[in-house]
Amino acid sequence: MRPQLIFALIFAGLIGLSLVTGKIDPYYYTVIIFIGINITMATSLNLINGFTGQFSLGHAGFMGVGAYVSAIASTFLTTHGLGTEVMGGVPVMAIALLVGGLAAALTGLAVGIPSLRLKGDYLAIVTLGFNEIIRVIIQNVDFKIDGISYVGGARGFAVPQLSSFLWVFGIALVAIYFVENLINSTYGRGFLAVRDDEVAAEAMGVHTTRFKVRAFVIGSFFAGIGGGLFAHFIQYITPDNFTFLKSIEIVVMVILGGMGSTYGVILAAILLTIMPEALREFSEYRMIIYSLMLIVLMIARPQGLFGSETFTRFFAKRKAAANKV
Amino acid sequence: MLEIKDLHVSYGQIAALKGISLSVPDHAIVTLIGANGAGKTTLLRTISGLLKSKSGSISLGDSELTKCAPHEIVAKGIAQSPEGRMIFANLTVMENLKMGAFLRKDTDGIATDMEYVFSMFPRLKERHAQQGGTLSGGEQQMLAIGRALMSKPKILLLDEPSLGIAPILVRTIFQKIVEINHNLGMTVLLVEQNAHMALGIASHGYVIETGKIVLEGEASWLAANEEVKKAYLGSV
Ligand SMILES: Nc1ncnc2c1ncn2[C@@H]1O[C@H](COP(=O)(O)OP(=O)(O)OP(=O)(O)O)[C@@H](O)[C@H]1O
Ligand SMILES: [Mg+2]
Repeated sequence: MRPQLIFALIFAGLIGLSLVTGKIDPYYYTVIIFIGINITMATSLNLINGFTGQFSLGHAGFMGVGAYVSAIASTFLTTHGLGTEVMGGVPVMAIALLVGGLAAALTGLAVGIPSLRLKGDYLAIVTLGFNEIIRVIIQNVDFKIDGISYVGGARGFAVPQLSSFLWVFGIALVAIYFVENLINSTYGRGFLAVRDDEVAAEAMGVHTTRFKVRAFVIGSFFAGIGGGLFAHFIQYITPDNFTFLKSIEIVVMVILGGMGSTYGVILAAILLTIMPEALREFSEYRMIIYSLMLIVLMIARPQGLFGSETFTRFFAKRKAAANKV
Repeated sequence: MLEIKDLHVSYGQIAALKGISLSVPDHAIVTLIGANGAGKTTLLRTISGLLKSKSGSISLGDSELTKCAPHEIVAKGIAQSPEGRMIFANLTVMENLKMGAFLRKDTDGIATDMEYVFSMFPRLKERHAQQGGTLSGGEQQMLAIGRALMSKPKILLLDEPSLGIAPILVRTIFQKIVEINHNLGMTVLLVEQNAHMALGIASHGYVIETGKIVLEGEASWLAANEEVKKAYLGSV
């Protein structure tokens, strides 16, 4: 089956599922939504860390930029005539997500151009620092338009409820489709080449800095949209939602998923969203058990859950195997 | 013609090339021989734009290359099979070859050249779906040369294609280099420590010592030269 067809079928399935989400217990519904958002976050970070081999530790920073900017946009629009009653809130959410994604992408560009000359550990430290700077900046922003409070500094920011199952998983699907298509194109092979051997990539005519910045900008764009989905789901955001601990959580998903395997990263995002929830009954031992499970998983599967397998290649291999029989 | 004039390159304070001049006529095989650390790799990397020169010029026809970015130099028709091969470990043999054609848009031409590479190195065809990093050293060397050919260059730079390869395979690879030169009319600049083999297929040779050209001439003349014999040809 062609990937396009598979994605179309999954999307149709999502529409079907979205009709029954009202019947799901609110707690489970929340976990499901977080799974969807984390899939978008992990898939987009995988483009930077997994496919392009750049170690970013600042993904939650871009998520925060997207969350706040999209929340500002939706708050402004809903109080200026484009409310949730207009076409079920679809236009306002679409605009908010797009603006949030673009703001995050621009931030990614600004952070990426100077810092992507750095390698490995240095890049990790710079992006981590950036993540904290964003958080501190948000903490100190607070303004009013027409008497309505925006951003709210450390207090937090009330956001209209506009997220839905279909938005969250529709965007996750778009992120997966986009990244997979990119990576499997002739042009996208440049990202993999940069990861495998930067000097050789350069010698083949790949403009390596440009490719790294591109991966960073695209990854940040989707992180920003992920932030927008998050903000409009939980309806109240504070700077503490976007600390470097959140970044590390996403990095762990990418590493456990196999650094460059979309397939594995999706599974890791699902697993690592459910695991802490499933462990709630252990109360204070929860994070210890969680960490131990991570260690065990990494020892058992050092190459990640699926190794470096992409969706398309996975299907191509199965097809090749089937043809052989 | 690739023409290098009074080229200086340093790593920080350390001068690696101290005024190299060398020319590679069209359709010729020219070899550069020299001991470890003489500056051979430094020269090839500078030609490809991977290192910046301090002064001097590198010109290809009318265009000056010292100010060009690596991708522009590839586009102008210079490809390199680098020292240590630098295969993309997680890409398949086929994908590695396609990376060689990264800047090309002519799909048909790429397919034709891929067939040419496969006919030249049938082993690569057998292993086309294998990950580059799992190939043997010799296979990786064939892949590195094949990958460089995939950009359809005018000039092929080869950095020690015989390094770490069994003598029998070295002979095969050198035959292929001659074949590429004959059949495609491709210009070759061959860097080697295996001076005997290199001077055997080249028309012209240069000897480099600690960043300076100390001897140059026709390959056959160099092969017969007493100093060269003593320093680079051993007892052969
Ligand atoms: N990245 C670097 N930083 C500092 N010095 C370097 C660097 N790369 C090479 N050099 C030095 O420059 C000189 C020339 O090195 P180069 O690699 O060009 O030698 P070579 O002729 O290719 O040797 P070999 O036959 O061993 O490959 C050597 O003294 C080496 O130590
Ligand atoms: Mg060398």
